[in-house]
Amino acid sequence: MASESIALATVQEVPRPIGSVLHDWVVTVDHKKLGILYILYALVFLVIGGIEATIMRIQLIVPHNNFVSPQVFNRMFTMHGTTMIFFVAMPILFGFGNYLIPLMIGARDMAFPRLNAWSFWLTAFGGLLLYFSFVGANGLYGAGNAPDVGWFAYAPLTSNAFSVGHSTDFWTLGLLVSGFGSIGTAINILTTIVCMRCPGITLGKMPLLVWLNLVMAAMVLLAISPLTAAQMMLSLDRFLGAHFFDTQAGGSAVMWMHFFWIFGHPEVYVLVIPAFAFASEIIPVFSRKPIFGYPVMVAATIAIGFVGFSVWAHHMFTVGMNPYANSFFTITTMVIGVPTGIKIFNWIGTMWGGKIRFATPMLFCIAFLFQFLIAGLTGIMLAASPFDWQLGNSYFVVAHFHYVIVGAILFTLFGAFYYWFPKMSGRMYNESLGKLHFWLFLIGFHLTFDSMHIPGLLGMPRRIYTYEPGRGWDFWNLICTIGVFFQILGTAVFVGNLLWSLFKGKAAGNDPWDAWTLEWSTSSPPVEYNFAQIPVVRSRRPLWDIKHPEDPDWKYE
Amino acid sequence: MSSTTSAATSIELKWELPQRGHVGMLSLIAAELAIFTIFVVAYLFYIGKSLTGPFPKDVLELPIFATICLLSSSATIHFAVKALQNGKVRAFGTWWFATMALGFIFLVETGREWHHLIYEKGLTISTNLFGTTYYSLVGLHAFHVTVGLICLGITMILTLLGKVKQSHSDRVDVFSLYWHFVDVVWIVVFTVVYVIGR
Repeated sequence: MASESIALATVQEVPRPIGSVLHDWVVTVDHKKLGILYILYALVFLVIGGIEATIMRIQLIVPHNNFVSPQVFNRMFTMHGTTMIFFVAMPILFGFGNYLIPLMIGARDMAFPRLNAWSFWLTAFGGLLLYFSFVGANGLYGAGNAPDVGWFAYAPLTSNAFSVGHSTDFWTLGLLVSGFGSIGTAINILTTIVCMRCPGITLGKMPLLVWLNLVMAAMVLLAISPLTAAQMMLSLDRFLGAHFFDTQAGGSAVMWMHFFWIFGHPEVYVLVIPAFAFASEIIPVFSRKPIFGYPVMVAATIAIGFVGFSVWAHHMFTVGMNPYANSFFTITTMVIGVPTGIKIFNWIGTMWGGKIRFATPMLFCIAFLFQFLIAGLTGIMLAASPFDWQLGNSYFVVAHFHYVIVGAILFTLFGAFYYWFPKMSGRMYNESLGKLHFWLFLIGFHLTFDSMHIPGLLGMPRRIYTYEPGRGWDFWNLICTIGVFFQILGTAVFVGNLLWSLFKGKAAGNDPWDAWTLEWSTSSPPVEYNFAQIPVVRSRRPLWDIKHPEDPDWKYE
Repeated sequence: MSSTTSAATSIELKWELPQRGHVGMLSLIAAELAIFTIFVVAYLFYIGKSLTGPFPKDVLELPIFATICLLSSSATIHFAVKALQNGKVRAFGTWWFATMALGFIFLVETGREWHHLIYEKGLTISTNLFGTTYYSLVGLHAFHVTVGLICLGITMILTLLGKVKQSHSDRVDVFSLYWHFVDVVWIVVFTVVYVIGR
């Protein structure tokens, strides 16, 4: 099976005019092209969101700085948060899911290819709608520009009285539209995994990446929908004069918080579970061992999926809930640390005694293990509601969740980029540049986000556009901003490396990592139909079985 | 590879997975359920919190006739799907039309109720919290009925044009899942709005 698809793949394409190529990309329903579109689209927004973060950090580099006005600062943190969550993290993870899942389960495409294209373009237009607010959100009142209500847009700040003009409407509609796209993709991923597996891939033989994306898709269905509902309510409030979040008419501002965080916290797991998925594929291959404790990994993921829906109000300890709610959400938040901890032990167990190759993808995954552990520990600290009363809405919280989103999710994403780049492009990246990227980014990350904890502990609140000197915050903010430039440098090396390798990298071959999942049995890049003949799988590591017919996995599973 | 091929065929032979149409529709229903849940929670939370009238007990009447129509349309669409599975296209068309008609009557009844509330009772979405939650929850459901009616209508036209065959029974079955879901949601909405909230 493997040899046949290799033979078919060597057919060379004749160069075509650029217009025809572009047309192909726009009308495509191929999961691989849509996956790459998702990834490229997210990378563009990663740069935009990064620029917004940089603007904030430059403003905060010294006390009483006047780099930007308070109004612009508000827009920057709103747009940075919204962009990074909805238009970077979600699409980039969907992109990898789209690209990899059908290949890993031996399918020729997703279950609903046209729905796939529809979902991507909805997400894309959602992002454009949000950014159109920079030019189009003045509305009739001449006020406002980009949204400036914060990424969780608490009521009553979003009411017509306090958010004049249409900036908040662009935020609402942008997220509503991209939310429909996300739901479409989640339906597609879930259906693909349930219905499109090639013969032999029972649930217990799916690669972990597929399992984790299944849980992720199920969570998206149940987590994005509440946000969609809440955005509908907010639109009704703003356009038709409804009173959902209008405290003047008896409505409840806290209601919005609940609805937002019922989405908001599962969303963290929606983002981090695919990151776990990358680590669960990369770490075994670079440790030359099968994953340690496969069933436990699956069970832990499902446990996270369930418990993840009952922790949302830990974002609201400072709002003033009753003691029972505080206790409940403290306990559930601490409980979710258990399955997450199990995962960390399993990854370490996979590496233990393995013949570890410290290639760039593995370096990023090892850094992820350390950083995610620290992120989890600060998470446990913040889960204790009395502790949270002290540090809620401080830079400590900002440092904590950036440790998760950058330290865990972005690091594994970079690992995933280096790991699957040879498959997607057919060429190897430059390993030295990859390592340079890793070290630059690692140094930058720790300078920025380690030092961010301290001013938080010293009482620096988030979302302030400047601060007084002499509170012990100056030094840490300076270090924090210096770290940003290392991260920018690292990202520039990353982009440069990928672009250079795309044209000049040496040919990767089908299986540069000596890996074990089905995507490495196809050509690099895979042909449009993926598999000339639908493969038949007998174990979790089908390529191991092919490479080692004398000692196949299925004898032991 | 060839050594495993003969063994593998036995795996291939008994390899059967759920139909993607059904799984996809059930996933959509899960997402829709979450949306409705949020609106229902908002409704329940705001019961009795309106600062001014009109209040539910003053203006709402039980929509018994509309409810009977909508719920019985679940039965008719079931018979329609069964008829098509057995290859009886004419019977399918008749049952399908009955489903459409019942759904349409429900929508007309909702329209009449809204007309009554807006023009005679002075209740709009911006009047008070009751108006806000009532119109959004019932409206969200009515929107789903409308989408269902459009799908029913398209299928009806295709049936009249003679394009619907027995081989399409899986597809109408997938749609019937959606229609049943809309009916079940109505039971919840009815309970919340007309029984608990009144």
